Amino acid sequence: MTASSVRSSNSSAQDSLIRSVDRLLPLVGVLVLFGVWWLIAISGFVNPVLLPTPIATIGTLITGILTGVMLPDFIATVLRTFSAFLMAAAVGVPIGVALGSSEKLYRSMEFLIDFFRSTPASALIPLFILFFGISDFSKVVIAAFSAFLLIVFNSAYGVINAKQSRILAAKVMGANRWRVFKDVLLLESLPQTFIGLRSGISISLVIVIVAEMFIGTEQGLGKRIIDAQQVLNVSDMYASILVTGILGYFLNMLFLLLEKRFVHWSGK
Amino acid sequence: MMINSLTSPTIAPPEHFISVQGLCKSFAGQPLYEDFNLDLPNNQLVSVFGPNGCGKSTLINMISGLIPIDRGEIWIHGKPIRRAKIGYVFQNYRDSMFPWMSAYDNIAYPLRVKGMAERDCRDRVERLIQTFNIRLDLKRYPYSFSGGQQQLVSILRALVAEPEVLFLDEPFSALDFETTLFVRDKLQEIFMATGIPMLMVVHNLEEAVFLADTVLLLSKRPTHLVEAVPFTVPRPRTPDTLTSAEFIEVSRHCLEIFRQEMRK
Repeated sequence: MTASSVRSSNSSAQDSLIRSVDRLLPLVGVLVLFGVWWLIAISGFVNPVLLPTPIATIGTLITGILTGVMLPDFIATVLRTFSAFLMAAAVGVPIGVALGSSEKLYRSMEFLIDFFRSTPASALIPLFILFFGISDFSKVVIAAFSAFLLIVFNSAYGVINAKQSRILAAKVMGANRWRVFKDVLLLESLPQTFIGLRSGISISLVIVIVAEMFIGTEQGLGKRIIDAQQVLNVSDMYASILVTGILGYFLNMLFLLLEKRFVHWSGK
Repeated sequence: MMINSLTSPTIAPPEHFISVQGLCKSFAGQPLYEDFNLDLPNNQLVSVFGPNGCGKSTLINMISGLIPIDRGEIWIHGKPIRRAKIGYVFQNYRDSMFPWMSAYDNIAYPLRVKGMAERDCRDRVERLIQTFNIRLDLKRYPYSFSGGQQQLVSILRALVAEPEVLFLDEPFSALDFETTLFVRDKLQEIFMATGIPMLMVVHNLEEAVFLADTVLLLSKRPTHLVEAVPFTVPRPRTPDTLTSAEFIEVSRHCLEIFRQEMRK
């Protein structure tokens, strides 16, 4: 082996080391957070009853997962979130695309959509309780309503902002209105629709958690958090909060992956 | 240097692939075209050149039926636009290809719109890519190709339905120099093989002259035809054409007229 090839194999090993170190960068923030948390918890500034150490919290989280005591709450929240999301998507995407295909139709609905999009969904919970009672369905409907608004708005915008040149291209090749709609407009709107779907699943989770706290339920992470807080079982409260965070994070990741799979042309 | 057919007042005899009579078009009350007439002799590649904002693209968009006209008549091979089979190549391949379809599906799209059976589509596309010796993996998506290859795919898409006329709106303007040469050569090859008459808007004088049989020089708005300059060097035209006496003379003549127009 010559000297230069030794050097290059050395430097490529260095490169891969640097690359694997780079991949660990996101963990730095997590470690810093845990470090600060741990320092505050042992410093005595805060009553240990209110703030357990991160180690105790993660211990509770792991036992909670291993023994399965959190599982019924987790499943209940996931099911509600997905049923709300599916209802919202099933109604929201077709309506959004329809609104987007007619500028006049969209303009006439725009204020209504913007108004309700600006209204905090949690402010509407009492209203939904009046109409749907304190049933499980009530929690799902209100989450679905918030997700629906985001999905409608984004799908409509996707269609409105479709590239005119692609529509022209389809027309000049002889496509009629229906084909332009199905072959161009629908697909042109997909990247924006996916943004709506991703925001939709996030808001569904938020509203489901709030509704579980506010309306009350047998099972659900929102209820678990508020119950743990009421009896000052703080490590369980923190662990449950972490679970909702992890859930939200993975839902977002899931939709990013789906988007990459189905909207492969996005940004290209 | 006026060619005879351009002065002929009658409605297009078959030897004209495009005939425009009394075309009027204004934008926001400003006349862009007023009583504009044009007859383009068949089997030619005609390029359109003129100052910015004189409506070069508007002209081919009106002739190809993409934008409506205020008044006048447009005939393609003696037929109204809606009965003519046309192909159109857009300036920006990125915004005119369908990125959700493979290159193959993009090319076959005009055939599918016409309801052609899948097997016939396949045969037609196969024949087209064999004729022009295209070595691209058409299963890939358009955005995975280089700019020149994408523009080539969009030219194939415009050709697949065997149009009677091919319109090209600044087909090289989104390409770099190297790929421009590649697409230009392919386009010449296609023109020589098919003989489909072409009307091409170009924003660069050298491009306008190099491939053309006739260069249409337009004035500032309201736009009229200043001169139709013939360029008769035999095909295939090669890099040597660029240094030939005739090319230099025609380019010089076009440039002179262009500068006169700019001074007006």
